[in-house]
Amino acid sequence: MTQKKTVHPYIPNSAPEVKAQMLRDVDASSTEAFYADVPAALRFQGLMDLPEPFLSEYALRRHVEGLLRKNTTTQQVLNFLGAGCYQHHVPAICDEVNQRGEFLTAYAGEPYDDHGRFQSLFEYCSMMGELLEMDVVNVPNYDGFQAAATALRMACRITGRRRVLLAAVLSRDKLSRVRDYLKPEIEIEIVEHDPKTGGMDLKQLEILLKTGSAAVYFENPSYLGCLETHGTEITDLAHKHAALAIVSVDPISLGVLAPPVRYGADIVCGDIQPLGMHMQFGGGQAGFIASQDDEKIVMQYPSRLFGISPTRVPGEYGFGDVAYDRTSFAKREEGKEWVGTAAALWGITAGVYLALMGPQGMKEIGEGILYRTRYAMQEIGKIKGVCTDGFSAPHFKEFVVNFDGTGRKVSELNAALLRKGIFGGKDLSREFPWLGESALVCVTEVHTQEDIDRLVSTLKEVLS
Amino acid sequence: MKNITAERFTNGKPNLRRFHQARWDEPIIFELGQPGQRGILVPEVEEGIKSQVGDALAGIPDGLRRTDPPKLPEMAQPAVLRHYDHLSQENLGADFNIDVGQGTCTMKYSPKVNDQLARMPEMTELHPLQDESTVQGILEIMYRFEQILKEISGLERFTLQPGAGSAAIYTNASIIRAYHEGRGEAKQRDEMITTIFSHPSGAACAKVAGYKVITLYPDPEGYPDLEALKAAVSERTAGLLITNPEDTGIFNPRIAEFTRIIHAAGGLCSYDQANANGILGITRAREAGFDLCHFNLHKTFSTPHGCGGPAVGATGVTQDLARFLPVPTVDFDGQKYFLNYDLPDSIGKIRPFYGVAPVVLKAYAWVMALGAAGLREVAEVAVLNNNYLMKKVLAIRGASAPYAAGKRRVEQVRYSWQKLYEETGIHSEELGIRAADFGVHYWTSHHPYVVPEPCTLEPTESYSMEELDEYAAILEHVAGEAYSDPDLVRSAPHNCTVHTIDHHPFDDPQQWAITWRAYLRKTGQEH
Repeated sequence: MTQKKTVHPYIPNSAPEVKAQMLRDVDASSTEAFYADVPAALRFQGLMDLPEPFLSEYALRRHVEGLLRKNTTTQQVLNFLGAGCYQHHVPAICDEVNQRGEFLTAYAGEPYDDHGRFQSLFEYCSMMGELLEMDVVNVPNYDGFQAAATALRMACRITGRRRVLLAAVLSRDKLSRVRDYLKPEIEIEIVEHDPKTGGMDLKQLEILLKTGSAAVYFENPSYLGCLETHGTEITDLAHKHAALAIVSVDPISLGVLAPPVRYGADIVCGDIQPLGMHMQFGGGQAGFIASQDDEKIVMQYPSRLFGISPTRVPGEYGFGDVAYDRTSFAKREEGKEWVGTAAALWGITAGVYLALMGPQGMKEIGEGILYRTRYAMQEIGKIKGVCTDGFSAPHFKEFVVNFDGTGRKVSELNAALLRKGIFGGKDLSREFPWLGESALVCVTEVHTQEDIDRLVSTLKEVLS
Repeated sequence: MKNITAERFTNGKPNLRRFHQARWDEPIIFELGQPGQRGILVPEVEEGIKSQVGDALAGIPDGLRRTDPPKLPEMAQPAVLRHYDHLSQENLGADFNIDVGQGTCTMKYSPKVNDQLARMPEMTELHPLQDESTVQGILEIMYRFEQILKEISGLERFTLQPGAGSAAIYTNASIIRAYHEGRGEAKQRDEMITTIFSHPSGAACAKVAGYKVITLYPDPEGYPDLEALKAAVSERTAGLLITNPEDTGIFNPRIAEFTRIIHAAGGLCSYDQANANGILGITRAREAGFDLCHFNLHKTFSTPHGCGGPAVGATGVTQDLARFLPVPTVDFDGQKYFLNYDLPDSIGKIRPFYGVAPVVLKAYAWVMALGAAGLREVAEVAVLNNNYLMKKVLAIRGASAPYAAGKRRVEQVRYSWQKLYEETGIHSEELGIRAADFGVHYWTSHHPYVVPEPCTLEPTESYSMEELDEYAAILEHVAGEAYSDPDLVRSAPHNCTVHTIDHHPFDDPQQWAITWRAYLRKTGQEH
């Protein structure tokens, strides 16, 4: 490697004159003086073998843009993929706010110099609280997987039990995450689904509950898009056996669908990516956990919880950390799980989204998605050999399309759709073999009737 | 014309800024807007869909329908923007201040060009389940970045999945657990060793992974205590989770001995390199004998901290441990990049999909702007800046840097204001809040405060000599105030957005209010 000496724009004191002066000021002949504690055997010799840099901003931009242009975007191809990451419209104001350097480059200042961060995250939690009708919402954790895993661990700590029951229709990836996170002390039992509705098998649930569980966990809508219509029965059963009911929910559904607290949920969790985050190849995920304001539950949150408080000036709002001593920041391994950097900027962004949407926007978007889902299910279901009514439950945003009657594989159909400029639904054949050759199709408010009709006509074309 | 410039200097030195943070006295968002106002309109459903479907809610039982609209704000678009613009101005991002005060967090400059690149639709508008042929660009970036991290660490495989440093530490603990499970020793090996000057998440993540935690305290010189390590190690040892240099900025010269001792006992060694800024190209995980490590891309690799994420904790392992990594890895078959799920011993998923791709993209661009010599320059200037600032800070009355007296430090220093406290009664927290009146921030330390009255400064490579001088001058000024006018310090902040906050409600379940609805309820107001 040869690289000529460069004064780097990102490194002010790389200017040789300045560097020399600073070295003199600290009585060092070279920067080697600072590494005296690093034994010779541990010293890396020479320069690392890294690619030649693009020193000018222009060359760097050209290089990275060149790489990115190898991608095909969902602006270029009509997309029906969901499965945990969703293509919704991102309002311009969401991007405008989260691109501001004041938010983008802040980290962990005090509630004085970072008042804006505290207030905007308190407001995000508060707007989520309205959507969920719950008094406690955490500052975002990593993602919906983590939110579910932590909610389950919270339930175990609250009940003193070490077994949890999970609804069977769950993303295999999420199940994998939860399994790893609950190891080694918490046992997981799966409650089978009702093959007719796609909802939970209540009989099996009752049997499993009798032997003692901390929590029953289900999703609404489920991973396969089915709405659980027996929420109250499930939570009643859980409570009858002194277990908590945990519901994971798609927050964008809650303008039209009841918040889970209305059917008895004790802890609600999920992912806020639909609320104003670009998909970013899966980089827009962020998790939430919510509950009522019960000290027993609140003290089990590992996350930051921001609270509002007076200041010494009348009428001035201040903020701070609620019950900080719960956290690993305060108590290391004696804290609840751990807390650290997660996805705060997406929380601020989701707050902007909810403020823009308001109650009416949330209602309209929820209704619109229900309409389009139903329309897409009906139209795709009309194709010969294709079935969209495998589960009788109402659906939100996603549904299973079964192609067994066509004798074709999802993988080959998706390849054919791609050649026609369409990303078909996620191939479920490996994840849920019992569904046969099935795809998980997602429609949102971004899909017009024409888009859905195009999917249908193209499917017909590739099937013929 | 009057010489205005001359009035900005005293005895040849620039005066402190007469800073005042924005104070919009901003209402809570629920106090804004009017019923019926709209911030954005959503796409209408076509009549063709409506007429065919009929009732969108058909089949949804009453109990699952929302009856009362959510009490969200009803605001016009400009009002939403203005509210958040106000709040942003009431926030002190690294773009705006000499952000050397958030020690351990590496508040370096986040290049704007990288943010712009990450906003391209070829990044933002990618679904993670798209056919691999349509995402070759981002997969190539992830693959290339892994190769870079391999060289920087000397380790052999990386995952970019963990969502930040703590998630990476947990991933490492989980891999260590899987390794011992594979050898039938998981039950026996139930202890994880860490040090008090390693991040609290080292201890906390090990506990979540099922381990008893043994925490080593420093020896009198401030180095991790080798004798304590020898006493702690046994057939129960699963592994070591350790930072080096530690939060004190002291490099542990016996680190290779630490890893040898752990290995001899059958354990694995995981290197918390969340902050590797001072040693890029200087020393690596491999040579020190580590089996695992992680880098925080939002620290060393410059990606913006985003008020606390999104982030990436890139996690590296030796070839022997690669089979335990989360799935998928990003691989290259000579012609195309692909997601490899063929890891039967994998610990599974750590995060949905593949991690925070735009953060990886920004980190990749940062490295590609600097190259190997540039990274070395980053490290050298970061330690030069740190030692330069240390000399200035230690000249301030009441300041000290416990441990390793007279020695240089690497990328940061945990200072102590204990002497100042003893002489003035002013705590380090209070001094830090007063410093905020001059437009800078500093952080004390994690708990427990092993260093009394702590203050952790990490200048990184991003600040000029003049800026370091300015920061030190602010500290000197406020420390002087602690002696001359302690009440002025105690009653700070004066020039920040808000004034002294009443902390009592935060620990009182009857009073704490984590949402606006809880606040309204607890203050007897109508919701």
